[in-house]
Amino acid sequence: MEEVALIRIVAVKFLQAVPVILIISILAFLLLSLLPGDPALIIAGEQASPAAVEQVRRQLGLDRSFLEQLGIWLFNLAQGNFGSSLVLNQSVLSAVAERLPVTLSLAALSISFTIPVGVLLGSVAAYFRRTWIDSAVMTVALLGVSIPAFWIAILGVILFSVQLGWVPSSGFTPISQGVGPWFASLALPALILSLFQIGFLARMTRSAMLDVLGQDYIRTARAKGLSEWRTVGKHALRNALILIITATGILLSAAIGGSVIIEQVFALPGIGRMVVQAILARDYPLVQGTMLILGFTFVMINLIVDILYTLADPRVRHD
Amino acid sequence: MIMPLLSVRNLTVQFRVDSGWVTAVDDVSLDVGEGDCVGIVGESGSGKSVTALSILQLHQRATTRIPSGTITYQGQDLLRERGSTMRRIRGSEIAMIFQDPMSSLNPVLTIADQISETLRQHQGLTGVAARKRVVELLGLVRIPDATRRADDYPHRLSGGMRQRVMIAMAIACKPRLLIADEPTTALDVTIQAQILELLRDLRKELKMSVMLISHDLGVIAEFAQSVIVMYAGRVVEEAPVAQLFRRPVHPYTVGLIAAVPKLDSDAPRLATIAGRIPGPQEIIVGCRFSPRCALVQPRCRDEPPLMQPVSDGQSARCPPRILVLGERHG
Repeated sequence: MEEVALIRIVAVKFLQAVPVILIISILAFLLLSLLPGDPALIIAGEQASPAAVEQVRRQLGLDRSFLEQLGIWLFNLAQGNFGSSLVLNQSVLSAVAERLPVTLSLAALSISFTIPVGVLLGSVAAYFRRTWIDSAVMTVALLGVSIPAFWIAILGVILFSVQLGWVPSSGFTPISQGVGPWFASLALPALILSLFQIGFLARMTRSAMLDVLGQDYIRTARAKGLSEWRTVGKHALRNALILIITATGILLSAAIGGSVIIEQVFALPGIGRMVVQAILARDYPLVQGTMLILGFTFVMINLIVDILYTLADPRVRHD
Repeated sequence: MIMPLLSVRNLTVQFRVDSGWVTAVDDVSLDVGEGDCVGIVGESGSGKSVTALSILQLHQRATTRIPSGTITYQGQDLLRERGSTMRRIRGSEIAMIFQDPMSSLNPVLTIADQISETLRQHQGLTGVAARKRVVELLGLVRIPDATRRADDYPHRLSGGMRQRVMIAMAIACKPRLLIADEPTTALDVTIQAQILELLRDLRKELKMSVMLISHDLGVIAEFAQSVIVMYAGRVVEEAPVAQLFRRPVHPYTVGLIAAVPKLDSDAPRLATIAGRIPGPQEIIVGCRFSPRCALVQPRCRDEPPLMQPVSDGQSARCPPRILVLGERHG
C-alpha cells in the first residue's frame, strides 16, 4: 500500500513536470525573437554581405512565419535535435554532453562537502542557541554567504596551488585518468563553491532545528531517557530533514548556476564556461540549447527533491 | 513514618524573562507514596506542570533555574543528578505522559519504533524480542489490531489511540511512578473516561504510583486518592479526596468546587471565581489569592500565609478560615 502511494505520487510529479518543460522550451525559443534588431544580421556580423545575411536567415529558418518557426523548433526538440552551434561546428547536444560531466561533478562534489558540514553546523548552532557557540557558527555562516566567490577563489589559488602546491591552479582532469587527479582538479573549486552553500544550509538547518527542538515530541524523547545525541540526531534531525532536503535542492540548482564564475576562474571546461564563450561569440543557438538543457536539469532536480521529500515525511505519502 | 517514593520539598522554580527572573513555582512540597495516586489541581499558570517537569528535569534548561528545594526519589536528590543518572530514571523508574497526544509523538517515526526505543534504552531489548513486547504493550493499552497498528505512523491514529500509545511507551519498562500531565484534556469526554479507566487498571496491575495533573476537578475526584490544590505557584490546600470535596478549607478550593457545573442546578449562570490568576510577574506581598478572595482580611494582604494542618491529612494556606472552622467545630 505504501509502495502504491509512492508510485502514484512519483507519476503525478512526472506529469506535472511536462507543462513546465514545454514552457521552458518556448521561452528558449523566444530568446532569438527578443533580440533587438535583425537576429540574422547580429549573428552574421555587421560586416557581412547581404547575401551572407540572407544565408544565415535561411539557415536558421528566420524567413518563415513566427508560428512556423516555433513549430519547427518544438518538432526538432521532440526528436532530440537541439540545433547546432555556429562556432563549435558541433551539435548543441554533443557540445553540452561533452561539458556537462564537468559541471555536474563540480556541483555534486561541492554539495557533498556542503551537506555534512552545513547540517552539522546548523544543528550545533540550534542546540546551543543564544550561546557563544551559536554566535560563532552563525558568524561563519554569514561570512560564507557574503564573501564573493571570485575573490576567495583567487586567495584559494594563491594558498593551495601557489604556496602549498597541493592542487593544480586550473584545468580539469577527467575521472577516466584516475580518481586522484580528477579529485585534485575539482577539490578547490568545489570547496569554494561550497562556502556559500554551507552558509546557506547552516542557516536553514538552524531555523528548522530550532523549530523542531521546541516540539513536544522532543520532550517525549527526553522523557523516555534517550541520550541528547539520539534525541537531536534521530528525533529532531529526522523532522528537520524535510526542510533540509528542500534547501539542498535549491542549492544544487544554484550550484550549477554558480559554476559559471568558478569555471571561469579555474578554467574548467564546463557548461558555465561554454555559455560565457557562446554569448561572447554570439553563438545564439548554443545559448538557446544550453539554456534548455539546464532548464530540464533543474526540473529533474526538483522532481528528485519532491520524491525524497515524500520519502522523508510519511504524512505527505498518505494525503 | 515510612519514606515516600517521591518527596518534593520547598521546590522553587524560576523562569528568565526580559527583566530578570520570575517565580513560577514557589516553595512547593508534596509526597507521593508507594502505590499512591496523587492529584494536583489548579488553573493554567498555577505551576502544576512546571512542578512535574522539574521532577524529571524536562524543563527548558537555558531559561529555567531551580534556586532551592529537593526532590528525593528513593533517598536520592534528583535535583543534584545530571546526565546519565537522570536518563536511567527517565522512562524506566519515573515515566511521564503529556497533555497533547497529537504533538507528543514523533510524526516521522512508526509507533513500534518509538515504543521499542524505550525498551532498547532501558532493557536492551532489540529485534524480534522488542517487537513482541511492543505488540504486547499495545494490547495492554487496548489498541485493537496491535500487530498492524505497530507499523503505523502517529498521524493515522485518533487522539485517544495516540494517548494509548503514549501510555504504552510510558509503562514499557514498568515504572514505579507515572506522571500524567493533563492526560485527558485534549480528548473528548467519552475517550477521557476510557483513558482514565485504562490508567486506573494499569496502576493496579503494575502497582505503580501515579501523579495526575489536571485542571478538571471531575477527573481528580474520579481518579485521585489525595489532592493538592495549587494557586499561582503555591500549594494552597492538601487533603484526601473525599475530605476535600466534603469540607474544602481554602476559599480558592471552595470556589473551584462551586465552579464545577452541575446538571441538577437551577442557577441561571455558572458559578465563577471573580478576577483572574495573577501572572508570575505580578508582585503580591500577602496571600496570592487575596485580590480575588471574598473573605479577605487586612492581614491577608500583609504577609504570605503559611500551610497549617486542619485535620487528619488536610492542611491549607489560610489561617483566617482555619480559625473560623476550628471555632465552629470546637
